[in-house]
Amino acid sequence: MGSFHRTLTGLGLAAVLAIASAVTAGAEVVFHRGNDGEPESVDPHKVSGTWENRVVGDMFEGLVTENAKAEPIPGQAESWTISDDGLVYTFTLREDARWSNSEPVTAHDFEFAFKRILAPATAAKYATLLYPIKGAEAYNSGAAESADVVGARALDDRTLEVILENPTPYFITQLKHYTAYPVPRDLVEEHGDQWTKAENIASNGPYRMVEWVPNSTITLVKNDQYHDADNVAIDRVVFHQIEDRSEGLKRFRAGEILMYPEFPVRQYGWLQENMPDKVRTSPYLGIYYYTVNTLREPFDNPAVRRALSLVIDRAIITDKIMGTGEVPAYSFVPLGALNYEPAYADFKDTPMADRIAEAQALMAEAGYGPDNPLRFTLSYNTSENHRQVAIAISAMWKQALGVEAELYNSEVAVHYNDLQNENYDVGRAGWIGDYNDAQNFLFKGESRTAKLNYPRYSNAEFDALMRQAGETIDLEARAELMHQAEAIMMADMPYIPIYYYISRNLVSPQLQGFEDNIEDIHRTRWMSIAE
Amino acid sequence: MLSYAVRRLLTAIPTLFVIIAVAFFMMRAAPGGPFDGERQLPEAIERNLRAHYHLDEPLVMQFGRYLGNILQGDFGPSFKYRDFTVNELLEAGFPVSLQIGGTAILLAVLIGTTAGAIAALRQNSAIDYSVMAVAMTGITIPNFVVAPFLTLVLGVYLSVLPVGGWGSLQQAILPTVALALPQIAYVSRLTRASMIEVLHTNYIRTARAKGLPEHVTITRHALKAALLPVVSYLGPATAAVITGSVVIETIFGIPGIGRYFVQAALNRDYTLVMGVVVLYASLIILLNLCVDLIYGYLDPKVRYD
Amino acid sequence: MTADSLSAPAAAPVRGRSLWDDALRRLLRNRAAVTAAVTLLMLAAVCLIGPLLSPHAIDQVYWDRLSLDAAAPSWDHWFGNDANGRDLMVRVFYGGQISLMVGLTATFVALIIGVTWGATAGFMGGQVDNIMMRIVDVMYSLPFMFFVILLMVFFGRNIFLIFVAIGAVEWLDMARIVRGQTLSLKRREFIEAARAAGVGTATIIRRHILPNTLGPVVVYTTLAVPKVILLESFISFLGLGVQEPLTSWGVLISEGAKEMETAPWMLIWPAIFLAISLFCLNFVGDGVRDALDPRDR
Repeated sequence: MGSFHRTLTGLGLAAVLAIASAVTAGAEVVFHRGNDGEPESVDPHKVSGTWENRVVGDMFEGLVTENAKAEPIPGQAESWTISDDGLVYTFTLREDARWSNSEPVTAHDFEFAFKRILAPATAAKYATLLYPIKGAEAYNSGAAESADVVGARALDDRTLEVILENPTPYFITQLKHYTAYPVPRDLVEEHGDQWTKAENIASNGPYRMVEWVPNSTITLVKNDQYHDADNVAIDRVVFHQIEDRSEGLKRFRAGEILMYPEFPVRQYGWLQENMPDKVRTSPYLGIYYYTVNTLREPFDNPAVRRALSLVIDRAIITDKIMGTGEVPAYSFVPLGALNYEPAYADFKDTPMADRIAEAQALMAEAGYGPDNPLRFTLSYNTSENHRQVAIAISAMWKQALGVEAELYNSEVAVHYNDLQNENYDVGRAGWIGDYNDAQNFLFKGESRTAKLNYPRYSNAEFDALMRQAGETIDLEARAELMHQAEAIMMADMPYIPIYYYISRNLVSPQLQGFEDNIEDIHRTRWMSIAE
Repeated sequence: MLSYAVRRLLTAIPTLFVIIAVAFFMMRAAPGGPFDGERQLPEAIERNLRAHYHLDEPLVMQFGRYLGNILQGDFGPSFKYRDFTVNELLEAGFPVSLQIGGTAILLAVLIGTTAGAIAALRQNSAIDYSVMAVAMTGITIPNFVVAPFLTLVLGVYLSVLPVGGWGSLQQAILPTVALALPQIAYVSRLTRASMIEVLHTNYIRTARAKGLPEHVTITRHALKAALLPVVSYLGPATAAVITGSVVIETIFGIPGIGRYFVQAALNRDYTLVMGVVVLYASLIILLNLCVDLIYGYLDPKVRYD
Repeated sequence: MTADSLSAPAAAPVRGRSLWDDALRRLLRNRAAVTAAVTLLMLAAVCLIGPLLSPHAIDQVYWDRLSLDAAAPSWDHWFGNDANGRDLMVRVFYGGQISLMVGLTATFVALIIGVTWGATAGFMGGQVDNIMMRIVDVMYSLPFMFFVILLMVFFGRNIFLIFVAIGAVEWLDMARIVRGQTLSLKRREFIEAARAAGVGTATIIRRHILPNTLGPVVVYTTLAVPKVILLESFISFLGLGVQEPLTSWGVLISEGAKEMETAPWMLIWPAIFLAISLFCLNFVGDGVRDALDPRDR
């Protein structure tokens, strides 16, 4: 029946492909790249995941882009100037900036893109990242009707002026994020939502999309119009969407893909033994933490929160449970945040025995002991790793403090809904930096952050320091203010840091140009395949 | 018979309406929404999104809007796959699921009935026992164990077949086999049981007594009657198998629609859930009709009225 | 369990050697079925008593057995340890309790709803029957996973509710079977007689219809138990199973399947237990069917 017909067309197609590939020069370099999720979209204004960033970042390029180490380098802008008050940025675009349909990339495309992602009708999930731009928040939240309030303006085809709300030292770094990518104005206006279809789309980065089979593959080919096309070694990238990590590992081992951005944690030892040259781990700008609902008794008592944090032996979690090089965390801002020294909890170097003794004293003071154990629910979203960590930590609590934590897992939508609506006692969560700046972590403790501040932490002193930091241009003074704020937060312990994330990659030795970096961003542009 | 089929299909319309209504309101009543996830949205943005998808309207109005759209064959945009409409996702995925599932069902019918019939004819022999043991094993081992095992051995260790992916004929082999195994097992058990029953009936005895050649007795009379319970099992089973399997699709990386049944519900991708529900319900209705029609062919006693 | 449901109705009607006595005798003569039933009972007993005898608790973490090398089966931990360094043997036993309980409870719920629904629809006939069976049609046409996921989301992960939820979806076949039986029964003379004597509808259903539909119902029930246990394992594979620290064979197997290469014991032990019990349940089911359906022999 159907399958027979399919086979015939399949054979026909194979023949056509064979002829086609014979016509194009035989030496096309194809990179089969594993990806651990199905993108929601390839419209840079509609995406929000790391797996989407991999695809979209190969297709588009912002004013600023990144090198193999994910450090910011000039992209579509060849240069820029910043006014003395740190509020006005003027960018000059490259002369050879072009879309893959040979149209020039203009400053108008950027102005259009910034206003589009902020428009309420676009409903971009990640529009908040552009809030440093003047008027962005007002326009996006509906407080201002017209896009004219947004401080982005094309002065001519090659000059873009961006005005900020406050001096924002990390603004240039942030511009390499996909929220600041341009979109081809003509195509978007012509095709509407359909502009991202393979037959309509044009992109300005090293690659352009030619095919998307949902839940299977996305195929990109080299964009000849790209300004650095001569140095792009790989002609065709096929992203294989493989969500199951064990299956990703198997396909990598079978040689079907040359790279996969994850592997099952429990098999790290086995991998190190059997394929040490292919396993890559590296510090990653993210924090794995437990959030404590400070609105509920007895968690409104900082001593109880501190006690729970004290007795967690983070080394066991990082070495025995995870074991892929995670680092025990005693601060909310991860290591490696630019220009910033984290403020650690004061018990970071205290021996476990002393920590347990202190915690027991604190709990006794709060009225809990062997006769009256503290009982609560520990929530986490369904996942192998979260489950294992929760089991270990609840066992530590039970052993040291007699705490009876009931484990409760729910699927991701329900879990985060509960966290946002303070419908939990203690819950697992994680945060990965959108851009490399401490502010992107500490804002989660500000009371104005509302729903994203899961513990509903509210400390006037912390809020004041953070606001002050937001208005400070001098990098050192700003870092010092945030450091003080974090110290307050670590003393109050609304968030219990567990470990700093690590990025895990499987990389074939054939693949060259892959460099470990803290943002775990690896653009195909910098890679090549050895024979 | 034609008028019977038409009548059945007409009475299916109100059923389908009730199914859509039940699924729609149940889905909306579930806690959590399409925009809740690891990456949390600021309130202003969520408001924008809700307005974009008309989620801010009263529920009854949304339902009316939805009904109007599907009457025109438009299932709406997917919440999770924002570059695709539900129609596009189903059009891309259903042929894949249909191909794998259809082949699996075909294998199940061919191998299952043959093995079951042979086992029944040689009841209590070594052949019977071995067929039944294999069938039982097929039923008792979950396919999320069988599938990774197959990929590990045949894909990684022996490298004779691809581990996953979709597009080539080789890539279709393992998932089809993994999907077919439990079906083969069920069908062979069913065939064996009903075949044994049929072989003891009077009319088979009569046929044999008349001196009909054994193979004629078996194929023309016994097998035909023995297939009745198999057919009624295959109706809903076919609907389930050709709409894909989330286990097989995630393990082999196959772009079918089986995963949408689970993931769309978990993601609260309202429109996509409704799309697969409507597709599944229509298939069930259609296949149950087929079952009844095949019954009429296999069993002359059945009359349509 | 099987013996109970068979002997209860056998005591009711007094007519010498009843159908039920015959069936029981036939069942006891079926060596495969008896062996299976005995094995099953022994397995259940091990799962119930094992944890009491084991020195290990279900949620006890052995910190020194977290790494893969240390987790392999050993003298202290016969089945090895799981990914969290917990004793696997005691978890397999507890998992067995849950899995078997899931199978029985869900089937029981399905039995109650299905029999009541089917008998009522069949006996009342007319519009009532029409509407009730339309409802069954509607539920039948909804994808099963859709139901299960929504029920889980609504009721959280309360283990008891999971059983009820599964049972609440599994009753459809049962309702159809019972309705068919009832339809053919209700035109029989003894029902007519009871009705003429002024016996109420509910009583007729309870006293006369239900006992006579038991044959197919028992057969269906014994075959439904293994089906439900497998279903539970599928739900566990999707990560929607029972809450920690409780576990089930399905949960253990889906954990083990991810590590079949590096920690095979995590897959093999629960898989053996699951396979044996499903084998046995199917044999018992087949035996009961053969025993109640003498035409076969």
